Amino acid sequence: MTAPTELLGRIEGNFTHAVIAFLDHEGYPMSVATGFTIVPERGVVVLDAVAGAEASPPLDREVNVVFSHIRPQPGIGYDERRYISLWGTLHKTDGHLELVPERTQHWDEQEMSFFEFSERGVPQARRYMDRLSAETGTSVRPRLSTGWLFLRATRLPFLSATFVPVALGVAVAALDGHWHWALAILTLIAASCVHLGLNVANDVFDTLSGADAANVNPTQFSGGSRVILYGLLSLRQMVALMLGFYAVGAGIGLYLAISRGFWPLFGIGLAGLFISVFYTAPPFRFVHRGIGEICVFLGFGPIMTIGAYFVQAKAWSWEAIYASLPVAILIALVLYVNEVPDRPGDAKAGKRTLPVRWTKPTVIAVYAGSAATAFALILIGAITGAIARPTIIALAAIPLALPVYRGLQEFYESPYQLMPRMGKGVQLHMATGLLLVVGYVIAIIASHNITNPPFFLR
Amino acid sequence: MGVLPAPIEELLNTALVAELTVVDDRGRPVTHPLIPLYDGERIYLTSSVLFSRKLEHIKDNGKVSLSISDPNAVKVERFRRATIQGDAIVDDADLHSGWERVLPIWRQKEPAIDFFLGKRVALPLFFERGVIEIRPRRAFLWADGRTDVAPQVFELVGAGR
Repeated sequence: MTAPTELLGRIEGNFTHAVIAFLDHEGYPMSVATGFTIVPERGVVVLDAVAGAEASPPLDREVNVVFSHIRPQPGIGYDERRYISLWGTLHKTDGHLELVPERTQHWDEQEMSFFEFSERGVPQARRYMDRLSAETGTSVRPRLSTGWLFLRATRLPFLSATFVPVALGVAVAALDGHWHWALAILTLIAASCVHLGLNVANDVFDTLSGADAANVNPTQFSGGSRVILYGLLSLRQMVALMLGFYAVGAGIGLYLAISRGFWPLFGIGLAGLFISVFYTAPPFRFVHRGIGEICVFLGFGPIMTIGAYFVQAKAWSWEAIYASLPVAILIALVLYVNEVPDRPGDAKAGKRTLPVRWTKPTVIAVYAGSAATAFALILIGAITGAIARPTIIALAAIPLALPVYRGLQEFYESPYQLMPRMGKGVQLHMATGLLLVVGYVIAIIASHNITNPPFFLR
Repeated sequence: MGVLPAPIEELLNTALVAELTVVDDRGRPVTHPLIPLYDGERIYLTSSVLFSRKLEHIKDNGKVSLSISDPNAVKVERFRRATIQGDAIVDDADLHSGWERVLPIWRQKEPAIDFFLGKRVALPLFFERGVIEIRPRRAFLWADGRTDVAPQVFELVGAGR
């Protein structure tokens, strides 16, 4: 709660009138508008007197004085919502009424976004629905359609993080002359299941650790799916979903291992599964220890790409590993930037991510350095032939890194203004990855159609 | 012609915000800015479960008042102010879609609500809402908005029943 004197300073100039609310002799609330003056040095609100016996506020009991403002937006509704509510007893002086506030409550959407304001109401929402459940004898829970709920609970759109490294592994293998489309699809399904299992596990363990509840600034890219927190799904349902995804992923992975080379693929699959499960799960809880980025780098980079390559080619490939490094860095940076708005909640829950540990300048410098490294790897790889030379077209994605970098500089403390820049980070990873794949496709087409392709198409 | 005097109905039909005062569990007034909706008989306000303390208070004590006071929030030829006292009930039998019965009136005042409703997946709890239905019992009208002049008082007992 803000100190009344400080709050009083915000009233004049921001509100046109006050509303005095009190209880009348029948116990009904009565509310009446009036003019006001603020005397901040005395911590007093001076209200103009009101005429009429029924409209005159009492002097012997608590009243509520409210200042409310909106700005109409024709054809839309309104914005600039703010209100300040004060409670206290009125005193009559020189034909005016004076209030020394004893309690206050306020909200200004320019200070606290509507999303944060809403998030702070989640415990009240849960209490209300629990009370209603008890009153009605039926479970009252919020609802979403099955499709939307599945999308929200699994964070399905983030599957691009899996699609890119798998496609890259398959593309590198295809350039080496190995192409089995059915195996490529099975690889993608298995990797997607492990990824979705990870997303759901993240929610389960962040609920158990209190990290999601402590975070009042979730965005569409951070703060988890919140389906458990909101009561859309139970913890038990999410655990079942998590196990289901891991079971399907592991089952397909086992099939691929048996049919394409057991020990290498078993090892790759096990490493991926281990990182996925213990990313947020105890006892390791990698993300709590500040190594979430390394896990994401490995899991959504070399592990998926070399795994996809091995399924196709039954062999290892340094090229596949090298090709995975830029996308691995960029997906780790997606997580890294997404952790920026989660800092307060993560810190409260003991989740010591890198943005929790580091200062703003360090976080931004590491972002810039890492993004530059990702593109330097592409440039060096394409020039030296460590990866297919047409992949140099992936450098075209560089401009997408700039809004993220500038967003971190400008909106480090403003989660909802940073949100579009976080989206750019996702696009940066996807665009770079897809351009790398396109580079490989160009090289594949050239190798099949030109007897001796020029060096820049190899 | 509704149950309220025409000048007050006109205010209710255009007001983008009104101040709803309820009585809390310690018998103190608590005021909340909300969009008032009016169908000629009852006044409706909706509240998300996220901000549902007012719903709890009304369930415990249905005595409420609603003040239309903000000159920026109403579009009438001659500005005036009004307060309506009444008895409120909360309809929360179907939090998910029960409130949609007042959506046509809501939409007239805040067309953007359809856009937000389309984003329901992003704000699921915001659209779990109870409906506050107020049956007016007494109304006060300050014809030119000046409250240093005594209001006209309209007894409406029996109205909206």
